[in-house]
Amino acid sequence: MEWTFQPDLPIYTQLVAQMTQAILSGTIAPGARLPGVRELAAEAGVNPNTMQRAMAELEQGGLIFSQRTSGRFVTDDEAVIDDARRRLARRQVDAFWTSMARLGYDRERTLQLLTQDEKEEDA
Amino acid sequence: MALLECKQLTKNYGNNPALDHVDLTIEPGRIVGLLGPNGSGKTTLIKIANGLLVPTSGTLTIDGMAPGQETKKLVSYLPERTYLSTWMNVVQLLDFFCDFYPDFDRAAAEHMLTALEISPNLRIKQMSKGTREKVQLILVMSRKARLYLLDEPIGGVDPATRDYIIRTIISNYNEQASVLISTHLIADVENVLDDVIFINKGHVVLQSSVDEIRAEKNCSVDELFREVFRYAV
Repeated sequence: MEWTFQPDLPIYTQLVAQMTQAILSGTIAPGARLPGVRELAAEAGVNPNTMQRAMAELEQGGLIFSQRTSGRFVTDDEAVIDDARRRLARRQVDAFWTSMARLGYDRERTLQLLTQDEKEEDA
Repeated sequence: MALLECKQLTKNYGNNPALDHVDLTIEPGRIVGLLGPNGSGKTTLIKIANGLLVPTSGTLTIDGMAPGQETKKLVSYLPERTYLSTWMNVVQLLDFFCDFYPDFDRAAAEHMLTALEISPNLRIKQMSKGTREKVQLILVMSRKARLYLLDEPIGGVDPATRDYIIRTIISNYNEQASVLISTHLIADVENVLDDVIFINKGHVVLQSSVDEIRAEKNCSVDELFREVFRYAV
């Protein structure tokens, strides 16, 4: 997969975000076996310890799991994937409300704008 | 125990201090960037670690020992300039390294030479500057050492080779080993570093992990470096 990094965020959080994105979008299939940490690190051009830290965080969230002898796998539990998707969507929505509030739009006006857009699209 | 430790390390060239009471440690399993402008003391520090210079005062130890015969078994060193005899070809160099270092992995070196399309019959004097640097780095990274000291490893090579070299460094060192990379090409290496040490005029001005810098300062190490070492216009 393609990796890109922003300069102003910790690399491991960006690794977590990009792996999560790849899993939710199906770029990495549910149940798929992941390459080793070092291989992934070399592919992304990042430090192996940083990749290890990202993997640990993804494991904590349940999106990937490790089997002692055979490596790491993406979960095939649809409920876990849906849950992660909903959490990410929730965060996007929160960020959206925050930036609308910053523009001076309260909830009501924002909702109005959203439905208005839909109508314009319908027309 | 720390793999490399400096205590109040000082080196003067005449009246000019190159290193001024430097304290620092490098733990096993880390990739560390030694970053500083020209003349900041990077090469002096690395030369002391290899026993090529003697400190004026203070100490530098590797795995608890002063630099010497025993530490040279642990340390794989890439100097800033080539020291290899220019009449040697690649095969002779491999023989040479096999004779010198019991931890030299000839198969690994041959694999990398093939990947970079370097012919075994080529003599050093027939090589371009970039190819010489590649060969030298391959030799150094093919040792199963505990500590790699790389003085400006990527200065003279093109970006594609730079990528290959960085990936080589990541995939070749083992988890108990550490790598110290001195460079001013920060943007190229910062994603592979655990920690950075900023050094200026013989002083350590910052020692931190890359992700700490990014999280706390909201900028890359490269940007922070430019800020810390900005010259007045």
